[in-house]
Amino acid sequence: MSSTAIREPGTSLSTDELLNVSDLSVEFSTRRESVQAVNGVSFSLQKGEVLCIIGESGSGKSVTMRSLMRLLPESRTHIGGNITLDGQDVLAMRNRQLTAMRGSKVSMIFQEPMTALDPVYSIGDQIAEGVMRHLGKTRKEATARALELLELVRVPSPERRLRAYPHELSGGLRQRAMIAVALSCAPKLLLADEPTTALDATVQIQVLILLKKLQEEMGMGIIFVTHDLGVAAQIADKVAVMYAGRLVEYGLARDILLNPRHPYTIGMLNSTVRGQDRSVDIEAIPGNPPDLRNLPPGCAFAPRCGFALEQCSAAQPEPAARPDAGYARCIRLDETAKVAERHPIKA
Amino acid sequence: MTTEIGPVAARRADAVTPAYKPKGYWHTVAERLSDDKATIVFLTIIILAILSAVFAPIIAPHDPYATSMIARLKPIGTESYLLGTDELGRDMLSRLLYGGRMSLAMGILPVLFAVGIGGLLGVLAGFAGGVTNTLIMRTMDVFYAFPSVLLAVAISGTMGGGAASGLLALTLVFIPSLCRIAETATTQIRSLDFVEAARATGASSLSIISRHIIGNVLPPVFIYASSLVSVSILLAAGLSFLGLGVEPPTPDWGQMLSNLRQAIYIQPLVCALPGIAIFIVSLSFNLVSDGLRHAMDVKS
Repeated sequence: MSSTAIREPGTSLSTDELLNVSDLSVEFSTRRESVQAVNGVSFSLQKGEVLCIIGESGSGKSVTMRSLMRLLPESRTHIGGNITLDGQDVLAMRNRQLTAMRGSKVSMIFQEPMTALDPVYSIGDQIAEGVMRHLGKTRKEATARALELLELVRVPSPERRLRAYPHELSGGLRQRAMIAVALSCAPKLLLADEPTTALDATVQIQVLILLKKLQEEMGMGIIFVTHDLGVAAQIADKVAVMYAGRLVEYGLARDILLNPRHPYTIGMLNSTVRGQDRSVDIEAIPGNPPDLRNLPPGCAFAPRCGFALEQCSAAQPEPAARPDAGYARCIRLDETAKVAERHPIKA
Repeated sequence: MTTEIGPVAARRADAVTPAYKPKGYWHTVAERLSDDKATIVFLTIIILAILSAVFAPIIAPHDPYATSMIARLKPIGTESYLLGTDELGRDMLSRLLYGGRMSLAMGILPVLFAVGIGGLLGVLAGFAGGVTNTLIMRTMDVFYAFPSVLLAVAISGTMGGGAASGLLALTLVFIPSLCRIAETATTQIRSLDFVEAARATGASSLSIISRHIIGNVLPPVFIYASSLVSVSILLAAGLSFLGLGVEPPTPDWGQMLSNLRQAIYIQPLVCALPGIAIFIVSLSFNLVSDGLRHAMDVKS
C-alpha cells in the first residue's frame, strides 16, 4: 500500500513521518554487569505504514518496542539516541506526558493474551478503562465504546463478551479483546509484540488479517515484532532484520524477503518452510546467537557466517546500500548477491 | 472508525445499559457460596452469633452483672436461669450473650485492622521492591520470629491488659503474616503482563496499584484473613483467660472460662459453656473461611 522509499533516517522530516528512531541504544545495567540489548538502531515509519522487525529471541526486538513507549524499568535501563514520535521527543518526556501518550497515541498488543488481561475485571471494564482515562468519557459512554470496539475486532456476540472475564474466553477471542483495548483510543501507532505467536495456526491468520484490515481502516502505523517470516510477508510494508541488538538489514518488505542480501537474512529464509519439495533438507543456521554481555568487536554474525572474512570480526560493518532503497550491514554484499541469484527465493 | 461517540454509539449505549449488569467477581463468588450447603449452615451460625451479640440487651433475660448469693452455680435448665448461673449467681445465658460482643469484636476487629495495615505495607513493599521492600519485610520478620501467643501476651502484658491493649496486641500479631501474603502476591502480580499492559495504556503507578494490584491481591489476603478470625477469637480468649483481656466484671468468654474453672467439679456443664461457645464460633469461622477460599477460586 505504501510506496514510500526507504530513506536514511534523520535526513528529512516529512510531514507524513509518524516515527523516527535514530541511533537508539538500550543498555541494561546491574551492579555487576551491563548488557547492550539494542545498539545503534535507526528506522522511520510513515503514517499508516507497517514495519516488521524480525529476529531471533533475544535479538532486541521487544526491547526496541518497549523503549519506544519507555516501558522499560527506568532505574536499570539507559536509553540513548533519539525517538521522535509525531513530532515529540519521547526520551525527553516527563511522566505525565508519558502516561498521556501511552494508550492514546501509541498502544501495544502483547504476545500472551492469557496474562496480558487482568483476571479480576471483565473485558468491557478493561476496554473502558483507557477510554475513560484518555477521552474523558463517562462509564456509560466508555462501555458503549467498548461494545463498538468488540464489534470492530469481530468478536461474536459482543454484548455477552463485554461482561465476560478473560478466563471465560478462548485464546483467539482474548487476543481480539486485547486488540480492542489497544485500539480503544484510536492510536496513531500500534506496537504489536508477536501478537500471533501464542495462537493456533488458524487463529493466527484470522488475527493477522484483522490487524491488517483495521490498520487500513484506521490508517495507523504498526510496528510488528515477529520471528515468523510468513507473517512479515503477509503484513509488512517495510522489514527490519535484527541480530544481536543491531539492524542488519532494512528495506521494503518485498525487496528484503524476495532478495535478501545479508547472510543472516538469507540463512533465516533458507531455514523457513516455504513449500519446498519434501526431499529438500531445510538448512539451519549453524551455531548460536551471541552472548549480549560479551559481543565480538566486529560483525556479531561473523562466527556463524559462511561468507565471513577476517576483517568481518575486526570492525563493525557499516550499512551498505542494497540495489534497491534498503541497506545491509555486511561488507560482502557482492558475494551474497551471487548466492542469492543462484538460489532465488520462491515467493 | 470514529474516536467520538457517534449517534449510533449513543443509541447503542441506551440499548445496552439495561442489559449491561456486570456479573461481577463478588456476584460469582456469592453464587458459588450459595451452592455450598455446609458453608451456608456455618455462615448462618456466625450471623446468629453476631446478631445475638448486637442485640444482647434486648434478648438477654437478666442483667449480666446482677449477682445473687442464693442462686450460685445453678445447673442448666434451672427455672428462669436457662443455662444456669456462675460462681456469683449471674445468669449464664445473659453473660454468654454479652460476652459474645467482646469475643466477636476481638475476633474480627484485630484482623480487619491487620488487613488494612499489613495489606497496605505488603503491597507497598512488593510494588516498590528494593530497599523499601527489605526495610518493611525484615521488620516483619522480627515480629514473625516470636510465637504468636507469646507476642500477644508480651505486648498486652506490657501495656497492662485491658480490651484496648488486647486489640493492639492481636493486631500486631497478625500484621506480619498478612503483610507477607500481600507482598508475595504483589511481587507475583507486579511482573505479570497485564500490569505492563496497563502501563502501556497510560495508567499511572497509583492507578495500577489501586486497580490492578489491589484487585488481585485482595482475594488471597481476604481468604487468609478469614481464617485468622478464629485464631483471633482463640487468642483473645486465651488473653482474657490469663487475665490480660477485658477487666472484670465485663463478660467475656475467655474470662468466664477462667473464673468458672474452680467450679469445674461442681457444675462441669455450666463451666464448659463459654468453651463451647468459643469452639462453635471459631469452628464456624474456620469452615466458612474454607468455603470462601473454594468459592473465590473462580477459575477452577
